[in-house]
Formats: sequence, C-alpha cells, structure tokens
Amino acid sequence: MNVRLIAIAGPPSAGKTAVVKQIIRNLGAAKVAYLKIDVVQAWEDEELAAEFGIPTKKVYSGDMCPDHMGIMVIRDALVWAEGIGAEYLLYESAGLCLRCTPYTRNSLGLCVLSAVSGTHAPLKMAPMIALADVAVVTKIDLVSQAEKEVFREGIRQVAPDIDIVETNAVQGTGMRYLMQVIEKIRPAESERDTLRGVPPLGVCTICIGKKETGWQEHFGVIRPLAAPDNLYRGE
Amino acid sequence: MPDSSPIVTLTILPGTTREGKPENFTEITIRPGDTISIVGPTGSGKTALINDIEVFAWGDTITRRKILVNGVPPPEDLVRDPAKKPIAMITQNTKCLADLTVQEFLAMHLRSRKMKDDSVITSAVDLANQFTGEKIVSSMRMSSLSGGQTRSLFIADAVLISDTPIILLDEVENAGIFKDRVIDILREKKKAIIFVTHDPYVALLTKKRIVMKCGAVENILTPKDEETEALARIAHMDADLMKLRERIRSGEILATLEVA
Repeated sequence: MNVRLIAIAGPPSAGKTAVVKQIIRNLGAAKVAYLKIDVVQAWEDEELAAEFGIPTKKVYSGDMCPDHMGIMVIRDALVWAEGIGAEYLLYESAGLCLRCTPYTRNSLGLCVLSAVSGTHAPLKMAPMIALADVAVVTKIDLVSQAEKEVFREGIRQVAPDIDIVETNAVQGTGMRYLMQVIEKIRPAESERDTLRGVPPLGVCTICIGKKETGWQEHFGVIRPLAAPDNLYRGE
Repeated sequence: MPDSSPIVTLTILPGTTREGKPENFTEITIRPGDTISIVGPTGSGKTALINDIEVFAWGDTITRRKILVNGVPPPEDLVRDPAKKPIAMITQNTKCLADLTVQEFLAMHLRSRKMKDDSVITSAVDLANQFTGEKIVSSMRMSSLSGGQTRSLFIADAVLISDTPIILLDEVENAGIFKDRVIDILREKKKAIIFVTHDPYVALLTKKRIVMKCGAVENILTPKDEETEALARIAHMDADLMKLRERIRSGEILATLEVA
C-alpha cells in the first residue's frame, strides 16, 4: 500500500481535532484522507472537508462500542484511502471509555491528552497511553511550569519512555516535534493489520441493547457484586 | 547551557504585526538578573509574547517570532525536556488542576526532576508564604488555593524546584501578592524576570519596558533617572493602597483615610 495510517485517540474534548488540523496543515491537504468514528453525532468530518477540501468519512457506532466499530471498518478505510490516492489516513476515535485502544501495528498511535485534565488523568487512561507512540499534550498554554511537569510525570508513570509533545494545538506550537515523528512513518504493508493490545472482553447483552439490570439477566461477560473478577456465562 | 552554566541569554527575533508587517525591533536579548515589563492595552499581544518565549517559538506561533538561546537555535532537548528548560512561566489562569495536596504536588514535581532532598518542599512552602498574606499549609489541596496562593507557590517552586534562570509572570498584580518582595527575591537569586503587567508600580520597578501594540512590539524603553521621582511616588501610593486594601478586606468602613 501507499497509505500511512495515523490513529488519533484520546478522551472527548482533549483537542484531537485541533491536533488533526495541525497535522493536515503541515502535511498539505492533498495527501490526507480522514475517518471519524463516533457514537451518535460528529461534525469533524464536515468541518475538515470544508476547511481543507480533503476526502472524509464518518461512521456512527450507535449501540456498539466505537472502538469496536473502528476496528471493524479500518481495513475498508485503508482500501478507500488507497483508492483515492491519499498518502495519509488520519483515523480519529471517539475516545470514550479509554480502555480500548485503536492503535494497530501498522499505524502511528497518538494519544491526545489535555493538560487541564487533572493529575490523575493519565492513570485513568493508562492503556490508551501505554500503547501509543506519542502522547500529545494539548492546552499547554493554560497551565504553569510546575503543573506541566507534574502532568508529564503522570504520563511517565504509565509509559516511562513515551515520546511527549506539548502543544497549544489551536496555534500549533511545538507541533514541529510531532511532524518529525510523522515524517518517519512507513506506509502500511497491506490493509491487513492487527491491534497492538488486547481489547477488553467482548460485546455483551448490554452492548446490543438489553436494558435489564443485574447479572442474572445477562449472558456474556457478567459480574456479581461479591465476585472477585468477571465471569463468562455463555450460551 | 543551563545545567553547566548559569548564564543563559535568550534572544527574541522579530515576527510580524497583525497586519503582517515586520515588528519594530531588531532583537531583544534577555540576561540573568534582567527585569523587564511588558505593557500595552488588553489584546495588544503581551501574553502572546511571553508565550513565544516560553515555548521557544520557531516561526510556529501566530506572531512568527523566533527565540535563540545563547545566540543559537535551542537544541531540541532544551525545548522539550522540562528539567533542562531554562524558563518557568506562571500563567494568569491559576485554577490549579492538580487533584493533590500541596505536599503531594511538590513531591511529584521533585520526583519528575529526580530530586531527592524532600526538605525543598518545606522551603518552597515557606518561601511562598513570604509572597502572600493568606497562609499556605502543605496539607491544603491545590485546588482549594486562591489565585494569590497558587501564584505564590508556583513562583516559589520556580525558584527552588524548577530553579530556572528565567521566570515569566503573567499579570501577577491581579492576585494581590507582595510584588516588591517577589521582585527582591528574584533579583537576589539572579533570575531574569519578565512581567506582563498593567500595574504602574511593577512597570516602574523593572529596568526595561517593552511596549506592545496590535500584536507586536511597538517600542522598547529603558528609562533611567527621569522616572526616579515617579517611582518613589508610586511606591508610596502603592503602599497606601495596600493598607487600604487590607482595611477593606478586614471589613472596615473607611471613615478615616491616613493617606500621605
């Protein structure tokens, strides 16, 4: 293939789309295609198409977990991007539960975190950071030096060697260091790819819309209050 | 480099005004012990200027300025590794985000800098208490500190933990901290201090004034003797205002005014 895949994950409102815009500005719109996965509503694709004139797609996951949905469609999306001659596919996740990670072996994994999200935030989204290549810390202009360093320390606790890029993504400060990393990505070998990490236990009866509370009503991954761990009740 | 030598010069190279014209200076060099204020109306680009310094802008901010360190483009690790960065900025927004106590926050900062000596925590809290009238105790939560307390703590942190040669302060006067004491201590420690300020007292206490207009540097003033008298009078007025502020804070009605 000729497509380089960049997976952009991170919690809602961290500034993922602002980072995407800076990447497009730096790469040049002619080379980029964009895919947004979200649950019920997203406008990023329309916004980016209007601003940069790039080809975009979006997928709503509805009842399904959005990262699950992303994993399902990413192979088709790579074929689509290749077909329209894009050199880069920017794939932006919905960023909700922070447990799943959309990074694949063939992608550059970016975890976008907001510097104003609190000291414990990196620990709460540990898998999403631990499996990423770069932690992009946004809104850096809103915090003081000591806070920045303490926030970095939180990221380092999760991933001691991760590359950290601090940016005011609206202006694009510090993005030059992210672009240095992006320049080195190699195209995906084929549309076949595998995830870097093991996702949390699969789709259950709640994911597909069953509303009853209590483990007694469900199959799949269940858990009574007193149990030390999750159980699987199959059928 | 800051680690081996305390002498770091920072040079600001001009960018462009909002209309895209070149800025009105050739370069501004900042040296240890310098005191500089940045003045100008709201929206004139004061905060953008210190932000450029803080992030070591390289034509990648809206102002298109560039920053040199010791006369050359700064090496990447100096820009990206906070432990090597010679600058600490204390922002205007001090809604501190840390869900930690003062003690835990400072301990985490020490750990991030691989510093072993815990006694710095006590020294930092003690120093911060010299800058503010509202006492900071290390068991307080960071999120419960007032703007003045947070700023005082961050200044003390910048002096003792970050220990950077250059400190940037964005509108320190808004927090009601003892600004002359801050300036005295930073001068004593040979720090370069740059204030974004609307406060005449802070502006006159500094040796150099950068005047901003329309997003750009309009002028650089280095007043000498001609402001000595003004400074003495403003110091007086400021001291009077401080007294009044304290009286109002403590709930008095100002039936008498012992103003000189």
